[in-house]
Amino acid sequence: MTAVAQSEQTVTMTNVEAVRTTLHDALVRDDRVLIMGEDVGARGNVFLITKGFLEEFGAQRVVDTPLAEASIVGIAVGMAMEGLRPIAEIQFADFIYPAFNQIVGEAAKTRYRSNGDYTCPLVIRTPYGGGVRGALSHSVSIEALFYHVPGLTILAPSTPADIKGLLNAAIACPDPVLFLEHKKTYRSVKGEVPGGYYTIPIGKADVKKPGTDLTVVSYGYNLHQALDAASRLDGDGISVEVVDLRSIRPMDKTTILESVRKTRKLLIVHEDNKFGGIGAEISAMVAEEALFELDAPIRRLAGPDVPAMGYALPLEEEFMISTDEMVDAMRSLVTF
Amino acid sequence: MAKTAAARGRELDRAGLDDAQLVAMLRNMLLQRQLDNRGFQLNRQGKIPFALGSEGHEAVQAGAAAAFKRGADILVPYYRDLGLALGVGMTPFEILSSLFARRTDRSMGRQFPNHYTNRDLGVMSISSIIAGHCTHAVGAAAAMAYRNERGRAVVCTTGEGATSQGEWHESVNYAAVHTLPIVFLVQNNEWAISTPQDMQMKVANVADKAPGYGIPGVVCDGFSPIATYKVMHDALERARSGGGPTIVEAKCYRFLSHSTDDDDRTYRSREIIEERRKLDPVPRFEAVLIEAGVIDDARAKALKADVLRETNEATDAAEAQPYPTVESLYENITAEDYAPWRHWQ
Repeated sequence: MTAVAQSEQTVTMTNVEAVRTTLHDALVRDDRVLIMGEDVGARGNVFLITKGFLEEFGAQRVVDTPLAEASIVGIAVGMAMEGLRPIAEIQFADFIYPAFNQIVGEAAKTRYRSNGDYTCPLVIRTPYGGGVRGALSHSVSIEALFYHVPGLTILAPSTPADIKGLLNAAIACPDPVLFLEHKKTYRSVKGEVPGGYYTIPIGKADVKKPGTDLTVVSYGYNLHQALDAASRLDGDGISVEVVDLRSIRPMDKTTILESVRKTRKLLIVHEDNKFGGIGAEISAMVAEEALFELDAPIRRLAGPDVPAMGYALPLEEEFMISTDEMVDAMRSLVTF
Repeated sequence: MAKTAAARGRELDRAGLDDAQLVAMLRNMLLQRQLDNRGFQLNRQGKIPFALGSEGHEAVQAGAAAAFKRGADILVPYYRDLGLALGVGMTPFEILSSLFARRTDRSMGRQFPNHYTNRDLGVMSISSIIAGHCTHAVGAAAAMAYRNERGRAVVCTTGEGATSQGEWHESVNYAAVHTLPIVFLVQNNEWAISTPQDMQMKVANVADKAPGYGIPGVVCDGFSPIATYKVMHDALERARSGGGPTIVEAKCYRFLSHSTDDDDRTYRSREIIEERRKLDPVPRFEAVLIEAGVIDDARAKALKADVLRETNEATDAAEAQPYPTVESLYENITAEDYAPWRHWQ
């Protein structure tokens, strides 16, 4: 069995294909890498991300685990402590709660509590987010729940090229990484992906569209809507700068502050609930560092503070932020 | 005392252990008892904030440690494993550095006492979340299997209360499904702080749960180091040779309160402890070895004097160490060369 890397050429692919080829090539490249999770083997993951991996790499490296999330992460923690590079999959982000202690209390504290005697180079991948009729337990955003935890890196790239670079960086990272993949972007977002192995630095945001009148910071599915909204406003002579956070934590203060100091206005957009969310931390950071350089109050456009989006289409649509809402928010902030 | 070796061998089922190994087990038990007492003394003197005792577990741990293969096996202990820590090579100075939370503690004064870590000896770092570490033990065993490392195994220890946790179940189940090289050593001391065994489970023995996982479960006398050694030796050999996991339940007893912060008089009668103390494994094993002619009274006395001296020296040496620097609070959150956390935080 000679496995060959799949992504040597620059090709256009979807987000889900970017996850798939990056995982595939990680298995080819590094014997220490293995994938474990529910239905990742014969089924090839519920989104078919690992389809064919079991045949190509064998059951030692593509492990169908028992249906038990706490131990999927916990066992991966033990493997990582003993020198492997496990990539643990939580089938849907909504199912991650049973593994909360393993992520927060164990993985993120392994290096710290042992003062570096043990480390935990572990990647936990999970699809998150709504807009796919996933109802209460197949739609949630979980980033804010883990945001508070020092030692835990949280990534949420939104384009195929960023997914490849950041997933490679996550696998190479000497510490635990929670890697979030927005389900609605899996097949709806396409883009060019450079061939060969590369990484994107963790902790670096990316200005996806330069502008001068307003800074929008976003990530995930919302990022693509924000880019659409910004293009629409181009026609009205409104120049919006769209910053893709990519790395939820560590947060790229430098890029955010540079942008805000230029545009003097800030809108943060995320699907996760507003209260105590990522936007709250970015707002606080900008207020602490650059309050008197702002020309308008900081604005957050975020998921409503209700427990979850409903299954019924109107309930889901009401929860999700529409591109029109983004256009309105951008326009009102620019004319403030 | 003038017995021949053959005569002694008939009287004492020594499970293949030679005199030196038997004496080492006794010394380990005496040292545990001494260090345990020292922890409580230092706490009552106001010198350390907290200590946990393993009194009543000495035999289990001396026996299990004797079955542990240094340099090959991995120990994933719980917080009542002083004897195992000592038995696999940790020193009284390390233990006392942890009690005093000094710079010489391997975690640099971060961890609670009895939360050991020593990668060189194969002692995995644990948190205080009960049974959370069982999954890590299984991960370590899975890493051994992944690399096809025969001749190695993991010892994962808990009390009986931990077997109520979902993660204990998930761990045993996974290890069974994948035939991993691991032994789940359950030190059943009948109490989880104030909760007795019959409030934790319906079965009489933790080992009775083993058939539910399709693996062997063995009960042994946790007041006998030789009996525990024998069972652990066999289970570990089976694990090391690809035979899969075993649940070993060692029946022992917790003589002390859960910790220096607990007062067991609120939930346990003095009479029952007195009753159980009659079977105290430390003097009992000393008597066994004297009876068998492995040691004499003078040697027993000398061993006790020696562990007291060692404990005293380690206490003084550890107490004399400085605290960690306050700067260390900010270290080892992530890798030192992991730029994002340093520069973009």
